[in-house]
Amino acid sequence: MNAIRVRGLTKAYKGHRAVAGVDLDVARGEVFAVLGPNGAGKTTSVEILEGHRDRDGGEVSVLGVDPAEGGREWRSKLGIVLQSATDAATLTVREAVRHYAGYYADPRDPEEVIDLVGLTEKAKARVGTLSGGQRRRLDVALGIIGRPELVFLDEPTTGFDPEARRQFWGLVKRLAAEGTTILLTTHYLDEAEALADRVAVLAGGRIVAEGTPRTLGGRANADATVRYLAAGGYTEIRTSEPAKTIAELARHGEPAELTVTRPSLEDVYLELIK
Amino acid sequence: MTTATTTRPALPSPLRLGLARGGSELREFFRQKENLIFTVSLPAVLMLLLGTVYVKEAAAAQMFAASMIGAGIISTSFVGLGMSVVGDREDGTLKRLRGTPMPFTSYFIGKIVLVFVSSLVEAALLAVVGIVRFDLQLPTSLDKWLTFAWVFSLGVIACSLIGVALSALAKSTKTAAGVFNLPYVVLQFLSGVFIMQSALPESLRTVGSFFPLKWVCQGFRSVFALDDGYAVMEAAGSWELGRTALVLGAWTVIGLVLVARTFRWSNTSR
Ligand SMILES: Nc1ncnc2c1ncn2[C@@H]1O[C@H](COP(=O)(O)OP(=O)(O)O)[C@@H](O)[C@H]1O
Ligand SMILES: [Mg+2]
Repeated sequence: MNAIRVRGLTKAYKGHRAVAGVDLDVARGEVFAVLGPNGAGKTTSVEILEGHRDRDGGEVSVLGVDPAEGGREWRSKLGIVLQSATDAATLTVREAVRHYAGYYADPRDPEEVIDLVGLTEKAKARVGTLSGGQRRRLDVALGIIGRPELVFLDEPTTGFDPEARRQFWGLVKRLAAEGTTILLTTHYLDEAEALADRVAVLAGGRIVAEGTPRTLGGRANADATVRYLAAGGYTEIRTSEPAKTIAELARHGEPAELTVTRPSLEDVYLELIK
Repeated sequence: MTTATTTRPALPSPLRLGLARGGSELREFFRQKENLIFTVSLPAVLMLLLGTVYVKEAAAAQMFAASMIGAGIISTSFVGLGMSVVGDREDGTLKRLRGTPMPFTSYFIGKIVLVFVSSLVEAALLAVVGIVRFDLQLPTSLDKWLTFAWVFSLGVIACSLIGVALSALAKSTKTAAGVFNLPYVVLQFLSGVFIMQSALPESLRTVGSFFPLKWVCQGFRSVFALDDGYAVMEAAGSWELGRTALVLGAWTVIGLVLVARTFRWSNTSR
């Protein structure tokens, strides 16, 4: 059974279609990224899967349960990482993590989780005094304290500096290595490429492409471009057999500034969300 | 990977979670100085200020203290709790809790624990001020203390439920102050907190009699009165304890129904 199965999901706000027929399958143990620009419908879709919002139509099954009817047992298997909470300001990090651990039957060790998200030095600090990045790491700690089978991360690294982002990616990879299923939304291509086993591109409430980061949008099979400098100008050759082309070229001597490129994920993505 | 969900240990009971939430709520509450100044000590301060003006004799101190305790617990349960639920919705607490296996019952138990403890601290402070400054006498019979206990408990529970129910009306803590304070101030006037209810016109008195505040205050006056003869000063000429239980019980049921129908975990759930 897949961790997530969605068919024909729709949701409108006052007549505006935010999600317009989404199908999605996420296997157990998979890291799945939903990539899309602002307003694509990522948060709406994810919150419907989390049981936070009602849907208008479609079938949804998350860990075998319809989120609209999910009970305590079901919620105990999910890890939801909030995007913009400012709660628990006067508790310390340790108190907050311990408190939330108490909600679950078989939680992780709070100290281990604090360490895992890199907040050991801040364990005694009041939550309200944390920086933005630290606060988000606490959100992750609270999201994974219950040993979830499935973790939702909605744009987890928005606003992070590059170093914090790298650290965060490391954390996601650790969770994935433990067998946790992860549904991630992002509008950063490099994030999807670094973390995801599979990617779906969401634009205007529809999935416009789906595949592994390498094959998305036919990227792997797309023609390569061989480019070199000759007679004062660049020459570009589009070919499905770049090695052959280069061998050909080499017979006339070493071509200057030779490069072979395929469409980057960014090229494919920008084409898709047009 | 183990997927045998049947072997998972059982989740903690709603009551245990509720008490854990209560502990956490209390910790957060008492760490905020505004709460200590404006909520917990307010009735004591009011007692000191207004008492100095109004209280000219021992019997009046008893009555005034009783009404102030009544108004104080309704302020913490109805206004304070209602506002805190709106705050929980605003800062993401409720959304986070919604994503955990913690049931609504536990959240509510936590709130009730918070209101009980903070109201008791509040009443104790007021009693200290009363004793030191106005020679307030605490009741000595077990009977009176039992009445205090049930009026207090039922009042807190009924008003907490109504506070949580009304929290659905306020989108943010900014608008919430109006939603909760307006009815509270009006009710204080109608319920004989500052002026004896018997001094009000019949129509206003009747309106006040529909709401919990009047009954809680009257119940406390029956506890603090120097002797039961003072019942003649009530609008009905008696303490009406049976009716108090009835009205507060009815509001508890109304509150439960309203909460079940109106409670929202977030502003965007629909
Ligand atoms: N609660 C809401 N009420 C009205 N419109 C909303 C609400 N939430 C989202 N929308 C609209 O739905 C669309 C999709 O939003 P969202 O799911 O937040 O996208 P994303 O997370 O991809 O940025 C946007 O046009 C947004 O303005
Ligand atoms: Mg979003």
